[in-house]
Amino acid sequence: MSLINTIPESVVTSKIDDVLNWTRKSSVWYMLFGLACCAIEMMQTGGPRSDLDRFGAVPRATPRVSDLIIVSGTLTLKMALRTKLLYEQMPDPKYAISMGSCANCGGLFQLAYSVCDGVDKVIPVDVYVPGCPPRPEALTEGLLKLQDKIQQERWLVRAPESAAV
Amino acid sequence: MSTTSVEIGLERETPAGLETEEMTLNMGPQHPSTHGVLRFVVKADGEIMRRAIPDIGYLHRSIEKISEKVGYHGFMPYTDRVDYVSAMQCNQGWAMACEALAEIEVPRRGEYCRVIACEFGRIASHLISVGATGMDIGAFTPFTHALREREKINDILEELCGARLTFNYMRIGGCAWDIPPGFIRRATAFLDKFEPLIDEYNELISFNKIYTERMGNVAPVSPEMAIAYNLVGPNLRGSGVKYDVRTDEPYSVYPEFDFEVPIGEGKMGALGDCWDRYMVRMDEMKESCKILRQALGGLPEGPVVAKVGRTFKPPAGEAYVRVEGSRGDMGWFVVSDGTAFPVRTHIRTGSYSAMAIVEELSQGLMIADLIAVIASLDIVAPEVDR
Amino acid sequence: MDAAEIHRRLREKLGNSALPEMTESEWATTEVLPAAVAEASRYLKEDPELAFDCLSNLSAVDRKSDDRIDVYYHLYSYGHRHKLTLKASCPRLDPVLPTVSTIWPIGDWLEREAFDLMGVNFVGHRDLRRLLMPEDWVGHPLRKDFVEPEEYHGISTRRESLLKL
Repeated sequence: MSLINTIPESVVTSKIDDVLNWTRKSSVWYMLFGLACCAIEMMQTGGPRSDLDRFGAVPRATPRVSDLIIVSGTLTLKMALRTKLLYEQMPDPKYAISMGSCANCGGLFQLAYSVCDGVDKVIPVDVYVPGCPPRPEALTEGLLKLQDKIQQERWLVRAPESAAV
Repeated sequence: MSTTSVEIGLERETPAGLETEEMTLNMGPQHPSTHGVLRFVVKADGEIMRRAIPDIGYLHRSIEKISEKVGYHGFMPYTDRVDYVSAMQCNQGWAMACEALAEIEVPRRGEYCRVIACEFGRIASHLISVGATGMDIGAFTPFTHALREREKINDILEELCGARLTFNYMRIGGCAWDIPPGFIRRATAFLDKFEPLIDEYNELISFNKIYTERMGNVAPVSPEMAIAYNLVGPNLRGSGVKYDVRTDEPYSVYPEFDFEVPIGEGKMGALGDCWDRYMVRMDEMKESCKILRQALGGLPEGPVVAKVGRTFKPPAGEAYVRVEGSRGDMGWFVVSDGTAFPVRTHIRTGSYSAMAIVEELSQGLMIADLIAVIASLDIVAPEVDR
Repeated sequence: MDAAEIHRRLREKLGNSALPEMTESEWATTEVLPAAVAEASRYLKEDPELAFDCLSNLSAVDRKSDDRIDVYYHLYSYGHRHKLTLKASCPRLDPVLPTVSTIWPIGDWLEREAFDLMGVNFVGHRDLRRLLMPEDWVGHPLRKDFVEPEEYHGISTRRESLLKL
């Protein structure tokens, strides 16, 4: 995003989309949806050493106030139905990060009878973070990639002119 | 229909002429707690519960059936996921069960490495438990302190085996890798910094008035009830039963170490209440530091792993082995029929019994106390569901 | 008290319901007939010199080749520090055992799990329903002839291999 300093003392100009997205990406509140082992690494990522709060991401308990669901851990079939319900309770615009191999594709539990092979069977996923479990640095990079994705969204677009006039 | 206080066992006044009804509430499976996906259906009369019925199975990953498909060696990574907060003891449990089936002897240096890994895992697990108890009661700071110390333990264990959480460090017959150079020095430096911190935590939270009021006298468990419900580990010791698999049914090289087994004494109210169970964990961290100093100081020379073939085919039979995990003794039951794949694996964990007793303990408690009970029993979902 | 003595006393009490052979090991195994499990358990718990006050484990094993399901009860005594494994072998098509949940309260959940995953029926249990699998699950997963369903509530249990490009 480009900020142009037109009057050096006090005015900065930019595109509305850029500024909007900058504020939105710097305040992504994620829902505490820790299912299994990756939940511990998610907690450590939010912990003192690698702090997610410096990117503006704070954990929230309920889906109603969160922008992001980090599906961390194995999704069983019993839990998959509830995951869908929770995702639908989140207000738009919402994002999903699939953290760890179990959430990406079933991971090492693909041999199991009770595991849903990947959370993208129930909800649409924006970023996949591989690892078993992913290191805090990996999850932070996943969040940064999500921030890049948010930065590129366009809210005020000019309606396309019809071609055959 | 009015509720009678006799049924709940409490003195309460129901204002005359007011109709009251029992509520059925749902807690979970998604909730702001670190214990994992557990669900309770709470039948409550206002704030006081009649019963909290647990509903489990949201993390049932069929680990036991997978053992029949991947074989003995291949099952080791899965054992980490049985209790991911303290994965080393689970590794040891599986390795010991297989070694019991095939009568393999682990070299002494391998046993020492196992003890070092397990005790570090125990400290890490108790840190999470203590921090999570704090967070559930409402104190956020102890949790961040605990995470900070756990990061240092993660670094130490990462030196040992390359992973921070799911280690896959042990093999049937010993450990996968020997300890790297400089490890003893770094581990001892960590212990020197960490032991005074336990006293700092005690000053910060354990004797804090809010803590003692919220956890003292809440859900006391008598020793007979604890044994009947097969509570194990710190839960059992919090009720006053002095039993630890490491001292009473010793395995590995634990008989060579000198350490105490802390038990609850009912200092803050009743014997076996939430505060007792919590305090046993704080004291156990100190004992683990003692064991670690002795083990790090007295490492023998030699190999760390016995010679075991790539295809492991133990003779037909059954083996039931118990190891002292952080949440109590885990029973590892393996049935073999002479092939390279087990016929049946069953893991009986400490959190399973703790979850079973919650329904019994919850009668007459307040909903907020249910959180304190779950936190003090140190229940983690993967142990309950496997 | 050593295992041979416990085995002898059990045989004395139960007569022909306790089988004569005992398997020697750290947790020595004695076998009883399925119908005598409750009586044996009550005797083992209540006799003051045996005092098996703890049911450490209850596992059901599917022996498909023998057409039987074996149920192992691992008993421990905190007072006397001795241990014993009680074994009962039921026919595979209709495994029925008396409950021990009235004797050891932890048996409640252990038997529910054995019912859920292996299909063993426990007579006298206060509430024998599924514990780990969802309530509407069909089949007993730990049996050797269990076939995984194709889908569960619209979620398919198959996933294409990620190695195919």
